[in-house]
Amino acid sequence: MIIQQLINGMILGSVYALLALGYTMVYGIIKLINFAHGDIYMLGAYFGYFFLRVLHLNFFIALILSMAICAVLGMLIEFIAYRPLRHSPRIAVLISALGVSFFLENGMSYLFGSDKRSFPQAIETTQYHFGSLQISNIQIIIITTAIVLMILLNIIVKKTKMGRAMRAVSADEEAAILMGINVNRTISFTFAIGSALAAAGGMLIGLYYNNIDPLMGMTPGIKAFVAAVLGGIGIIPGAALGGWLIGILETMTQAVGLSNYKDAIVYAILIVILLLKPTGILGKNKREKV
Amino acid sequence: MDKAHIKYTLSWATLALMIVILIVVMTMFDIIGPYGLTTIVLIGINLIAAIGLNLIIGMSGQFSLGHAGFMAIGAYATALIVTAVPTIFGFIMSLFVGAMLSGIVALIVGIPTLRLRGDYLAIATLGVSEIIRILIMNFKFTHGPAGIFAIPSFVNWPLVFGMAVLTIIVVVNLVRSPTGRAIIAVRDNEIAAESLGINTTKYKVIAFVLGAVLAALAGGLRASFIQSVSPQDFTFMQSITILIIVVLGGIGSISGTVVTAIALGILDVILQNFGSLRMVIYAVVLIVVMLFRPQGLFGRSEFSLKKMLFDSGGNHDKDHSKGA
Amino acid sequence: MTKTILKAHELRVEFGGVTAVDKVTIEAHENELIGLIGPNGAGKTTLFNLLTGVYKPTSGDVFIDNHDQLSPINQLSPYKRAQLGIARTFQNIRLFKSRTVIENVLIAMTAANKSYPIQAILRTPKFYQNEAQNRQKAMSLLEIFGMTQVADELANTLPYGQQRRLEIVRALATTPKILFLDEPAAGMNPQETAELTDLIKQIQVQFKMTIVLIEHDMKLVMAVSERLYVLEYGKVLATGTPKDIQNNPAVIKAYLGEEG
Repeated sequence: MIIQQLINGMILGSVYALLALGYTMVYGIIKLINFAHGDIYMLGAYFGYFFLRVLHLNFFIALILSMAICAVLGMLIEFIAYRPLRHSPRIAVLISALGVSFFLENGMSYLFGSDKRSFPQAIETTQYHFGSLQISNIQIIIITTAIVLMILLNIIVKKTKMGRAMRAVSADEEAAILMGINVNRTISFTFAIGSALAAAGGMLIGLYYNNIDPLMGMTPGIKAFVAAVLGGIGIIPGAALGGWLIGILETMTQAVGLSNYKDAIVYAILIVILLLKPTGILGKNKREKV
Repeated sequence: MDKAHIKYTLSWATLALMIVILIVVMTMFDIIGPYGLTTIVLIGINLIAAIGLNLIIGMSGQFSLGHAGFMAIGAYATALIVTAVPTIFGFIMSLFVGAMLSGIVALIVGIPTLRLRGDYLAIATLGVSEIIRILIMNFKFTHGPAGIFAIPSFVNWPLVFGMAVLTIIVVVNLVRSPTGRAIIAVRDNEIAAESLGINTTKYKVIAFVLGAVLAALAGGLRASFIQSVSPQDFTFMQSITILIIVVLGGIGSISGTVVTAIALGILDVILQNFGSLRMVIYAVVLIVVMLFRPQGLFGRSEFSLKKMLFDSGGNHDKDHSKGA
Repeated sequence: MTKTILKAHELRVEFGGVTAVDKVTIEAHENELIGLIGPNGAGKTTLFNLLTGVYKPTSGDVFIDNHDQLSPINQLSPYKRAQLGIARTFQNIRLFKSRTVIENVLIAMTAANKSYPIQAILRTPKFYQNEAQNRQKAMSLLEIFGMTQVADELANTLPYGQQRRLEIVRALATTPKILFLDEPAAGMNPQETAELTDLIKQIQVQFKMTIVLIEHDMKLVMAVSERLYVLEYGKVLATGTPKDIQNNPAVIKAYLGEEG
C-alpha cells in the first residue's frame, strides 16, 4: 500500500517538480518569485487542449508545440513586464508578476469562460497490475516525460554555452557582463526554458485529471514555489527534490485519512525545515561579509 | 508640547474633521448613496489592514505574505462572539479578543520565523496563514467551509473612519519614537543595529505583532460589516490584495498607503461598470503603475502638512528627493 | 597595574576546515590604544567579528570587564555584548542610510535609554521631555566632532570621510568601554587620514576609553598606537610597542618586508 502511495505521490510530484524548476531557475537568475508561472502552466494546458481537440494532433506533437509557444510567451512576459523593472526594488517586479498572473487568469476567463473544460483523452488509459500495485500508462507517460525533460534540462544547463551563461549570470550578474555574456538573452532563455517546462506540466496534468480551467494554475503554482523553497531556491536539483517530496507528502497524508489537512501538513513541514535549515534542503548557508 | 506641535496637531485634526463634514454633506445631497458609504467602509477596513502590513514590510523590512491569516483570526473572533453576545459591548469585546489572539499567534510564530530572511520569511508566513485557514475550515466551532452567516452588524462609516484615524495616529506616533527608530534601523542595516546593542529580534517581533493586531482589527470590522465570514475570504489572494495597496502606495510610506487604499477603492467602483473585464483592467493598471512608478506612488516619503503650511519654502525638500 | 577591559584566550575559529583565527590570546587594558596589523587575510577582521560576537568561536574564550570583574561573553549575541560596552565600526561603512545624521546617533542611544511605546503613542509630556533630552545629548556628541551643521542631512548624502566619522560618533553614542575600529582610514585621502589621526587621539583622551584599531596605513598606526599586535596566518606573530615591532626581524620579514 505504501509503495502504491509512493508511486502516486511521485506522479503528482513530477508535475510539481516541472513547475518548481521554472520557479527556481527564474529565481536563481533574477531573484523574482514569478507569480505568473502557474498561469503559464494553465496556458500550456489550454494550448494542448486546442491542438488536441481542434487540430487533432498526436499528444507528443501537441506537447512540443505547446511548450514552444509557452516558451515564446514566457520571453514576451519577461520582456514587457519584468525587464523594465530589472533595477527597481524587487517587490515592484513581484507586483508586476502578480499583475501578469491576474491578467492571464482573468483574460482567459473572459475569452473562454471560467468553467471547467474536459481535456481530450488523447491517449487511452490502460491499467497495468504488478501484484497489488496498480499503475496506468498515463502515469507512466507523466513520470517518463518529466524525467526526460529534467535530463534534457540538466544537459542544457551543464553542457551548452547558454546553460553556462545561465549559471554565470545566476552566480554573479556583474561578473557575467564583464565576461561578455549577454545578460538579457540569458534571462530570456531562462524564461523560455522555465515556461516550456511549466507548459509540459500543464498538459500532463490535463491528461491526468481530464479537466482544465483558467484558475488551475493558482494552487499548483504556490505549491511548486513551496517545493522550490523546500529544496533550496535557485538550486535546480533542489526543485526536483522539493516537487517530489511535496507530491509524496500530499498523497501520504491523504492515505492516512488526513486529506482535509494535507496542505496544512505540507506547510507545517516546510516551516519546520526552514527553521532547521533556513536555506532549504540543498541550500548553502551564505555568510554575509562583515 | 510646545506651540508648534499644537499647531501641527490641530491642522491634522482639522483635515480629518473636514473629510467627515465632506462625507456628511455629500450624503445629505445624495452624492454618496448607500453604495458609496459601503465603499468608504471597505476602504477604511483595507486601510487599517494595509497600515498594519506596511509596518511589517515597510518599517521593519520583513516580507510577510500571511496577513490574511491574522485577518481571519479577528474576523472569526468577532463572528463567534457577536453571534453569541449581540450587543455593542459584545462587539467591542470581540475586537479586543480577536486582536489579542492574533497578537499572541503572531508572537508565537514570529519569534522563531523572523530569523528567516526575505523570501524564506515570505513563504513561512504564507504557510502560517494557510494553516490558520485550513484549521478554520476543518474546525466544528468555526462552521467549516461554509462559514458563519447573519452576524449582527455594529459597523458604520463613522466608526471605521474613527478606527482608521486612530490606527494612523498609533502607527505614526510609534514610528516617530525610539521604538520606531530602532525598527527602521533593523531594516536599514541589521548587523549595524545589532552592533549598537539593539535586540533585532525584539523589534522585528514588535512590528510583526502590532501588524497582526491591526490585521485582526480589520478582519473583525469586516466580519460585522459584511455580516458573514468564510474561510474563502482569507486565502492567499486576500494577503495579496493588502500587499498591493502597500506596494503601490510606496513601501514604508503611511501617506502612500492611505492614498492608494482610497484610490483602489474608487477604481473598484469604476471598474464595476466593466463587468467581467474588470479584473483584466485591474491587472493592466497594476502592471502599468509598477512600470512607471516602481517605487510606489510616494516612495518612502510622507505627505507633510507641516511643510505645506508652516515652512517658508527656503527649506530644501530632502524627504521628497527620492519619491513623489 | 591597569585594569584589563577585554581578554581573548586561545581564540580559534574554523570555516569549512580553514582555520581563520588560530589560538589568539590578546588583552586590552583600560584607556589603551592598540593597533592590530598584519597582511591581508591574516584574520584581523575575523578576530574583530569573534570579539564582537558576529561569529562564534570554534574554541577559546572572550572575557569583558563587568563591574571590575572579567566575565565570559562567549555565548552572548552581538547586541548583548554591545550592551556590555563593546562598540565597533565596519570596514564597509554600515550607516542607516535612509536616516539623518542625528537619527543615526539617536538609534545608537536606544539600548541605553528605556523608552515606553505607550508614552510614544499617547505623546505624553514625558515622551517629549525624553526626546528633547536625547536630542540634546546627540547634538552635544555631534558638536564634539564638528558635525552639528549636517545633523539633519541624510546619512548617505555625506562625503565619504564624514560617513566614516559618523560611524565612529554613532559607536561612541552607545557609551562603550572599548571601541573597535575596522580600517577607519580605508579609502581616505591624506588630508582626511590626518584628521582621523587627530580624531582617534582625541577620542582616547576625551572619552577615556580603550581603542583597538585595524589599519593598513602604517603612518597612522604607528602614530597613534601604544601597543601593537601583529597577526599572520591567523596567529599572533608579535606584540609590543610600535618601536619594538618596527625592529622585530620576524615582523620585518613577514610583513614590512613586503613593502620594502
